[in-house]
Amino acid sequence: MSSIQFKLNNHPVAVNVDGQTPLLWVLRDTLGLTGTKYGCGVLQCGACTVHIDDEPTRSCQLAIETVAGKRVTTIEGLAEHRSHPIQQAWIAEQVPQCGYCQSGQIMAAAALLAKNPSPSDRDIELAMRGNLCRCGTYRRIRRAIRRAASASGAAASPTAQNRGQ
Amino acid sequence: MAGIIKISRREFLLAGAGSTAAGGAALILGFFVGRRYERKKLVYPVPPRPEAFAPNAFLAIDGDGSVTVWVTRSEMGQGVSTALPMLVAEELDADWATIRIEQALANPAYGDQATVASRSVSRLWGPLRKAGAAAREMLIGAASQTWAVDRAQCTAERGAVVHVPTGRRIGFGALAGLAASLDVPADPPLKEPKDFRLLGRRIPRLDIPAKVDGSAGYGLDVRLSGQLFAVVARCPMFGGRAASFDAASARSVPGVRDVVEISSGVAVVADGTWAAVKGREALNIQWTGGAPDLSSAGMSELLRSGTETSGDTVNSVGDAGAVLAAADQPDRTVEAVYEVPYLAHAAMEPINCTAHLAGGTCHVWVPTQAPVRAQRAVAETLGIKVSDVIVHTTLLGGGFGRRSVPAEVREAVELARATGKPIQVVWSREDDIRHDFYRQATAHRLTARLDDSGWPVAWRHRVVASHRSAVDGASEIPYKIGNFAAEFVKVESKIPLGIWRSVSHSYTAFAVECFIDELAARTGKDAIAFRRHLLADSPRDLAVLDAVAEKSGWSTPPRQGRYRGVALHPCFGSHVAQVAEISANPRGKMRVHRVTCAVDCGMIVNPDIIEAQIEGAIAFGLTAALYGQIRLDKGRVVESNFHDYRVLRFDEMPEVDVHILPTTHKPGGIGEVGVPPIAPAVANAVSAATNTRVRALPIQRAS
Repeated sequence: MSSIQFKLNNHPVAVNVDGQTPLLWVLRDTLGLTGTKYGCGVLQCGACTVHIDDEPTRSCQLAIETVAGKRVTTIEGLAEHRSHPIQQAWIAEQVPQCGYCQSGQIMAAAALLAKNPSPSDRDIELAMRGNLCRCGTYRRIRRAIRRAASASGAAASPTAQNRGQ
Repeated sequence: MAGIIKISRREFLLAGAGSTAAGGAALILGFFVGRRYERKKLVYPVPPRPEAFAPNAFLAIDGDGSVTVWVTRSEMGQGVSTALPMLVAEELDADWATIRIEQALANPAYGDQATVASRSVSRLWGPLRKAGAAAREMLIGAASQTWAVDRAQCTAERGAVVHVPTGRRIGFGALAGLAASLDVPADPPLKEPKDFRLLGRRIPRLDIPAKVDGSAGYGLDVRLSGQLFAVVARCPMFGGRAASFDAASARSVPGVRDVVEISSGVAVVADGTWAAVKGREALNIQWTGGAPDLSSAGMSELLRSGTETSGDTVNSVGDAGAVLAAADQPDRTVEAVYEVPYLAHAAMEPINCTAHLAGGTCHVWVPTQAPVRAQRAVAETLGIKVSDVIVHTTLLGGGFGRRSVPAEVREAVELARATGKPIQVVWSREDDIRHDFYRQATAHRLTARLDDSGWPVAWRHRVVASHRSAVDGASEIPYKIGNFAAEFVKVESKIPLGIWRSVSHSYTAFAVECFIDELAARTGKDAIAFRRHLLADSPRDLAVLDAVAEKSGWSTPPRQGRYRGVALHPCFGSHVAQVAEISANPRGKMRVHRVTCAVDCGMIVNPDIIEAQIEGAIAFGLTAALYGQIRLDKGRVVESNFHDYRVLRFDEMPEVDVHILPTTHKPGGIGEVGVPPIAPAVANAVSAATNTRVRALPIQRAS
């Protein structure tokens, strides 16, 4: 066991755990950040998705020692007061049902939009097909991503903003 | 940044009609979330929160006008924590913005509180409206006393009482104290539906904001001071047990605190979930017992052979047996055998329970569909009084029936007793899939006799299953057939069974709706026209069928390469019809492109939630129809995780059009009713595409 340091939601942290412990369990059990979820433990469901240096990453099989020196963003650190366009769109489209997978869905969708502000339907499918939802909220997720994309597009374009007024 | 998201009070248990809620010590339980890196959790007593006015155990109004509604059913995604407060707020004439929700503790005074059978709204439609109406009448009484005016001149409106002749208003908060001193009316007047202000509207769900920022508290998120974590090794063969294990090796894993044998297996207790899992891997258990000869092939053989003998008649009209026995014109007798496998629930939140036993009182925090059953299980396991068991129902990360069984609750309290510490038992995904309470496997032999015109004059449905509830959806069908019989043949299941979203209807609808489609195809009749002809006595089923025919464009052929199938099924007081449009390529790969659904669930509480439930039910039902099967080999479950127990993925989700029929019938269920029609609708479309009848699920296996 040794001290492993990384940046979590823009704050430096150090944890003393077995370096093989998956990031997921360090977040949930050591640090008490329970927004990131355990769903399968074998990279099949995406409920544990976080951002590592802005890349959407499954945390359930990511040894904590490989995270040393990196930036980790979890659902708790995505934005203040649910202000991320994806979170806003999730509320507007009333996406969640049980909600358990939604942290992972939101982190995957936020990473998609960060890289690709106007994704095609196929882009959305490729980015989201690794995230399972047993409640079947997929159609609303698709609508919410489109909504967030067009909202961000509108914000970036003065013309679109004027049209909106 | 810290947010207290769960507040549970004990004193409301004592609050009777007409009393105020002020009383004993309250328990506030804090889950700190957000950017807090230290584990800082609190369980401490605080002074009571004296709500000014709590006329019944469902609601309280504080001096600031805020209205607390206790949700007495479990929120597992179906929207009950919004729909139930809407019933209260409607009759109370509350300002919706002032509504706060709290999850009710398990309390036999509420009834059994079980969230099953899609009945939360239909059961509470009366009581919750009455609770709101009683409070409204008392608030109006308080205002009329304050103003010294005739109460008939007063009305409630958006969180205030208004004196109509003068336009004076007093907010509920200011009236709460006086209202609390008035008698609770036994039979307050309820609104006419035409006067509804909230019911029927797309009110945003109250639970959603916390579900987009990670702050929503599920069972697995419970963190108590000094909490330990445990996983349990259970015998992979049902009914077996550990003969030997290496506790020392498990204890040598860093973070492991203890190894404890409990009723269900061998538990490894650790500082964290991961250490517990690693400790379990080190146990090297030798198992003994169980039923090593148990296999899917054997079960299937048992089920199918069961269809060849007659069983108990559970319903009959006319004399189906005599008509079917007629030896003449054998081509007029149609027969088919359908079969469905065991299924697991695979809710996204793995099974878990957290327990703490201290000072003779046991607290459990559990994402349960049956808190009162859980409470009884704790009392039985520990040998303590039910009144010494406090069950905190957390949010449920899916339920689908699995969470009505308290197996994990017994494990957690056995471990709480053994360790003396707050402890969370966590089931891995593999534990969940291999030790579920499964949807039972069933077989169905359907036999019909057609008349000269090709209409059925006799119908017999023999259901072979392990539990008698399997006949629901087969013993009564919406189609009018002169000679009808439904039979039940029992076969033993050696694996644990439970309820699974829509229960028996998930397979009886498959059998009935595929067979009726076979009869239509056999006689060259249109699948919808054939059904319509038999629905003369089932106007609500006819209405949804007609609606789905219109909305799906049934009368115009699908484009090249697309095929449609239809299915209809009433259950839980609601009526649903679906048309699935699919394509199937020569390699056997099929895709469901679009599902059109018409639903009559009676009076509508929240149409957005209804649409979400139908969309979700279609995804859930498609998963089962296309991929779902739990297989047994050498006494063990073959499947283990999402790689081999597949769940529908994002890019496989069809377009879904939901059409809600506006009706004035009493509310029916909505959480489950979208599931039954999807498998037969898709199977019937596949049959149209391939000219081969689908008679077994999953379709992937059958085709």
